[in-house]
Amino acid sequence: MTLDLFLQHLSNGISLGSLYALIAIGYTMVYGILRLINFAHGDIFMMATYFAFFGIATFGIPWFITFPLVLVLTAALGMGVEAVAYRPLRGAPKISLLISAIGVSFFLENLTIVLFGGVPKPFPAPAIFTDVVQVGTVAIQKLTFYIPIVTFISLLGLVYLINKTKTGMAMRAVSMDQEIAQVMGVNINQTIALTFGLGSFLAAVGGIMWGMKFPQIQPLMGVVPGLKCFIAAVIGGIGNIAGAVIGGFILGIGEIMLVAFLPNLTGYRDAFAFILLILILMSKPTGILGEKTAEKV
Amino acid sequence: MLRRNIVFLLLMLLVATAFTGCIKKESNVIKIGVFEPITGANAAGGQLEVEGVKLANKLYPEVLGKKVELVIADNKSDKVEAATAAARLVEKEKVTAIIGSWGSSLSMAAGDIVRQGKVPTVGASCTNPLVTAGNDYYFRVCFIDPFQGTVMANYAYSKLGAKKAAIIQEVNNDYAVGLAQFFMFSFKQLTGDQNCILAVANYNTGDQDFSAQLTNIKAQNPDVIFAPGNFTESALIISQARKLGITCPIIGGDTWETQEFLDIGKEAVEGAVFSTFFATETPITEESAKFIEAYRAEYKKEPAAVAALGYDAYILILDAIKRAGTTDRVKLRDEIARTKNFPGAAGFITLDENGDAVKNAVIKVVKDGKFAYLDTIEPQ
Repeated sequence: MTLDLFLQHLSNGISLGSLYALIAIGYTMVYGILRLINFAHGDIFMMATYFAFFGIATFGIPWFITFPLVLVLTAALGMGVEAVAYRPLRGAPKISLLISAIGVSFFLENLTIVLFGGVPKPFPAPAIFTDVVQVGTVAIQKLTFYIPIVTFISLLGLVYLINKTKTGMAMRAVSMDQEIAQVMGVNINQTIALTFGLGSFLAAVGGIMWGMKFPQIQPLMGVVPGLKCFIAAVIGGIGNIAGAVIGGFILGIGEIMLVAFLPNLTGYRDAFAFILLILILMSKPTGILGEKTAEKV
Repeated sequence: MLRRNIVFLLLMLLVATAFTGCIKKESNVIKIGVFEPITGANAAGGQLEVEGVKLANKLYPEVLGKKVELVIADNKSDKVEAATAAARLVEKEKVTAIIGSWGSSLSMAAGDIVRQGKVPTVGASCTNPLVTAGNDYYFRVCFIDPFQGTVMANYAYSKLGAKKAAIIQEVNNDYAVGLAQFFMFSFKQLTGDQNCILAVANYNTGDQDFSAQLTNIKAQNPDVIFAPGNFTESALIISQARKLGITCPIIGGDTWETQEFLDIGKEAVEGAVFSTFFATETPITEESAKFIEAYRAEYKKEPAAVAALGYDAYILILDAIKRAGTTDRVKLRDEIARTKNFPGAAGFITLDENGDAVKNAVIKVVKDGKFAYLDTIEPQ
């Protein structure tokens, strides 16, 4: 394999990896604060791409207005889901919440099929993002530069929000002990709603980027990315935001290199992600950056 | 005591009405199952076929003085769901015959179920030979992959002057793998070069990132890329290939002919060439003209080949019911097997001993964002 070829593969891998990282951040943040694996994350991500599709393709709103609108709408959707499906279960066992999350996931998928049909729709990606730049013999989509930048801005913003602001302090308090936080005067309903809003906001950012890179949207598009980004979050240490980014890159670059170097194993590409998950769970269950937490009884 | 009696009475009533409902339905209605992907990755193809079937049902709503009712079963583009959907049509709905499915893998998943249930089934556009092979109850109104693969290999060799080819196939799709095999076989024969296939890259249904496979193919520098597979993945493959700077022609099979292929691929799919069943530019039978006119009036767009085949599957079944004079499934099967020179919308249908139609292939190209007719190839 020549150097050029390898660089092309590496660029493809970074591009895919940063996309996984972006979606994994939202996953891991909700888990870090609520200890809830939000299985509806992938479907909220899917809804965001549909919002963008309707904004640009149906209503003809320019992309620079549509995209912020999509972020707000999706955040509102996330808070709505929280109010309907998770808030009534406050205090219920974690497993009930998890089942509720799976229910929301199926509901959103089927609702989209009923409302918008099961036929894939083209994502209206603005040309300024999808143009290709030639660096030597390596062809790189402009998006490949933008996605990691967006990922790192989201990462820094989130770390700042959680560690330096009052809202972030409330979130951390809720993550430690909901009841005590409430006693200390933290409005936990508001804080949890905000957490979901923020998680969905990040899902929307990921959705827009995903839609531009793979310009085809359909109601079940969130399932596989949702699972893979969950794996990325677990690899990095679920609950740890920087870990999610690392996990995303490992998964993305790993997948591309698997296909690049072992073309015969291409069919096992998705299996690769799950095998990686099993290996990590066997050798380091808390993930690469995850801290050890004693299970509360 | 009184309450229990009332409950019992109500139950009896319920049972009685349920039975009358059944008897009434069976005597006046002939049910035909439509077994298609309405959701999932193959939905666009499935819906085109359903459009064709519904149109045929609208034009020919009755046979033997009974109303024909369509029972649509969504196989969700998934092999497991396909088996469930087929079992529902056979066992619960007790349909007289079944039409479908778009996608050979999905059709094959139903194969054993319709054979054991003895329900004659007519596929519209499932082209893999294994769909009908060894199955007395499965028929189809389209040609099969060995022919289609040969047609495309011929096109690549003689029209494009290609000497070296690369393949990128949807590896868990029997249709794509079959087509790729027949293409490779013919292309090797034509070029007389055993090493003319430079690379065979695989991907899975639902994959969205093909950059690694395409980067490897680009390094081999082929004259042509044969990419049989589902239209959504294929459209993404072609646009990603163009972005990676691959400039050689990319050719494929009949599954590409959907509006979504054009919408998703946009300018990248310009010049993509594929084989298919039917072109509105060259109507073959009187039924073709009737179909094209009715389709345009009903759906306000140009008919795709698979819509015409869905239409053909329906009128072929209706004709066989008429000839058999009964809805007995076994007699109906024998009547369908005897179909000869039946004028369908997508050409004359003669079923061979495997239940496959022998007919012409049409080659189309994407030109100015539309499918345009290129050539017609006769069966050997």
